[in-house]
Amino acid sequence: MLEIKGLEVKLEEEDKQILKGVDLSIEPGMVHAIMGPNGSGKSTLSYVLSGRDGYEVTGGSATLEGQDLLDMEPEERAALGLFLAFQYPVEIPGVGNMTFLRTAVNAQRKARGEEELSAADFLKEVRAKAKSLKIDADMLKRPVNVGFSGGEKKRNEILQMAMLEPKMCILDETDSGLDVDAMKLVSEGVNALRSEGRSFLVITHYQRLLDHIKPDIVHIMADGRIVKSGGPELALEVENNGYADILAEVA
Amino acid sequence: MALAKLKSDTTEARLAWVTLPTGAAWANAARADAMARVREMGLPTKRDEYWKYTDPTSLTDAGAGKAALFHSDEAALFDAVDRVRVVFVDGVFDAEASDDLTAEGLEIERLADAMAADIHWAKDVYGVLEARGQKPVERTLAALNTAMATDGVVIRATAKAVKPVNLIYLHRDETSDAVLHNLIKVEAGAEVTLLETGPAAARFSKQLEVDVAEGGTFHHVRAQGRDHERRAVTHCFARIAAESTFKSFTLTFNGVLTRNECVLEIVGDDATAHVAGVCVGDGKDFHHDDTVFVTHDAVNCESRQVFKKVLRNGATGVFQGKILVKEGAQKTDGYQISQSLLLDDDSQFLAKPELEIYADDVACSHGSTSGAIDETALFYLRSRGVSHDDARNLLTLSFLAEALEEIADESLAEELRDRLEGWLARHR
Ligand SMILES: Nc1ncnc2c1ncn2[C@@H]1O[C@H](COP(=O)(O)OP(=O)(O)OP(=O)(O)O)[C@@H](O)[C@H]1O
Ligand SMILES: [Mg+2]
Repeated sequence: MLEIKGLEVKLEEEDKQILKGVDLSIEPGMVHAIMGPNGSGKSTLSYVLSGRDGYEVTGGSATLEGQDLLDMEPEERAALGLFLAFQYPVEIPGVGNMTFLRTAVNAQRKARGEEELSAADFLKEVRAKAKSLKIDADMLKRPVNVGFSGGEKKRNEILQMAMLEPKMCILDETDSGLDVDAMKLVSEGVNALRSEGRSFLVITHYQRLLDHIKPDIVHIMADGRIVKSGGPELALEVENNGYADILAEVA
Repeated sequence: MALAKLKSDTTEARLAWVTLPTGAAWANAARADAMARVREMGLPTKRDEYWKYTDPTSLTDAGAGKAALFHSDEAALFDAVDRVRVVFVDGVFDAEASDDLTAEGLEIERLADAMAADIHWAKDVYGVLEARGQKPVERTLAALNTAMATDGVVIRATAKAVKPVNLIYLHRDETSDAVLHNLIKVEAGAEVTLLETGPAAARFSKQLEVDVAEGGTFHHVRAQGRDHERRAVTHCFARIAAESTFKSFTLTFNGVLTRNECVLEIVGDDATAHVAGVCVGDGKDFHHDDTVFVTHDAVNCESRQVFKKVLRNGATGVFQGKILVKEGAQKTDGYQISQSLLLDDDSQFLAKPELEIYADDVACSHGSTSGAIDETALFYLRSRGVSHDDARNLLTLSFLAEALEEIADESLAEELRDRLEGWLARHR
């Protein structure tokens, strides 16, 4: 599904190398988790994969189902099936959440040569999916993320993911800011989407989320590289002992 | 003084071309008074304080210049609205093209007919509100309009009008120099919606005097455009009585020079006065100026000024807006916002927001911003699959939303929103 080889990235404006050779391969249907200290480059990886400006790829490659991601516009990557749940979802005053969702869904359908969803079908689908995430009608009407609480914003990201049905979902700290109940809701939302043809990359600091969304493989990222990979037990080790032991071991 | 000399020379040069129309005695007097105001104040030059950002020369020149006609295959605006159409071609009333001027709750007449009548309510409005609006800021081009105008409509709303009146300004002659003057009198408790559409002429001077009596309601929705080379100076003077509502919205497309002045005087308690505008301009030749003056002279009134401009490829936008709260105008709620979205580095927005307050128990705020598209929001939308241009247009429309929300009638707002979307789609 997602194939990253030796990916090196620096900031466009500054002479600062952030990713220093990331290798990562995710098979269809798999859930991978990335953990790692603050500032190690986890969000940068997710942004570079989704095509945000401000970064310069200085080496390596990234493909989604064999297609070169790094050459594409962000919207082309999305149409191909890539989705990023933002660590900090963006507020867009003046654009209603519903309009936003419908525009996005139909834009992707159009890009893939599919028919647009009728207003009625769209409404039905949104309502059902919003309900399971406990997003009420009022939140759907309000401008995108404006005045949403931290947890509401994260739930809204998962709603977008559920509506867009991407193939490759990257979740950047979707658990931060969520209370215990919301964490369960969001996890259920994610688990409901798990399927043979869909993969997940879950970035998190906490084992807690991984209790709900069970990863197949856990990676540790430090200073712009993946320094260790293993099974779910690796997350437990981080939870219990922090990063010091792991970093010392690979140093 | 050199400026005074320049002004009087400019004025006399322009007036050499003017012959005053004649009508009933009161009308002749109103025109003569207006002409006296023109001579006293002098026509504006670019050295006048209120013309610092906009050069009035092409508005005061003797000739109109030339403006190519804009051909569009779009349906006429508000075509589906059940309305009374009053058509002017290059500033001349066209009875053939217009609807029958009778409508429930309304009395509609041609200005020339009203000005020929010995006794007419127009006497208390024509040039009267304009003259009131000459202080503290001089608006000589409005006085000139009052002196010269031969055509226009006068509308009296005596009840809640069933249909809106649509003044349709067609532009057919590339060098037309049109002068129109319209009067609206909304009687106590009455209500009317005025729609104005069309580019009008190569050069257009238009004035609207609106007298809203107690508990009356006046809605105004105007779309100017889309001829690129047209020039226009328009004035709206309104007197707003107790418990009445005045709401005006203007959408401007294109035009090398548009100066829209709106002068509102709130004279009765518990009244509401809103004036809003959106303009979209593309290219170095585009210049749009909104100049607004709202006077609060009563208790517990609310006013709003909401102006948004989208400027690209070197376009220029100007906003000069003032809220004056007179002594004793307590519990005034005054709001003013002027913002521009600059789609490139070459475009510019010049703003002069002003507050002048002589009462102590008031809540007034004003703000002015100028900025580019929010790149983070743009990326967020694109990451969800929305194309770059669609995302930019969506953000542009969201920037304009606050102004469009000032249109009370949702279906009219929707139609203008569609036209804006079309404009944005054509200007990528
Ligand atoms: N646009 C930028 N300008 C300056 N520095 C940046 C920028 N983007 C990333 N960085 C720097 O790159 C490094 C990696 O940041 P990144 O956000 O990817 O870390 P992270 O692993 O997601 O951290 P966290 O766990 O705190 O979310 C940090 O040192 C950060 O300050
Ligand atoms: Mg991060």
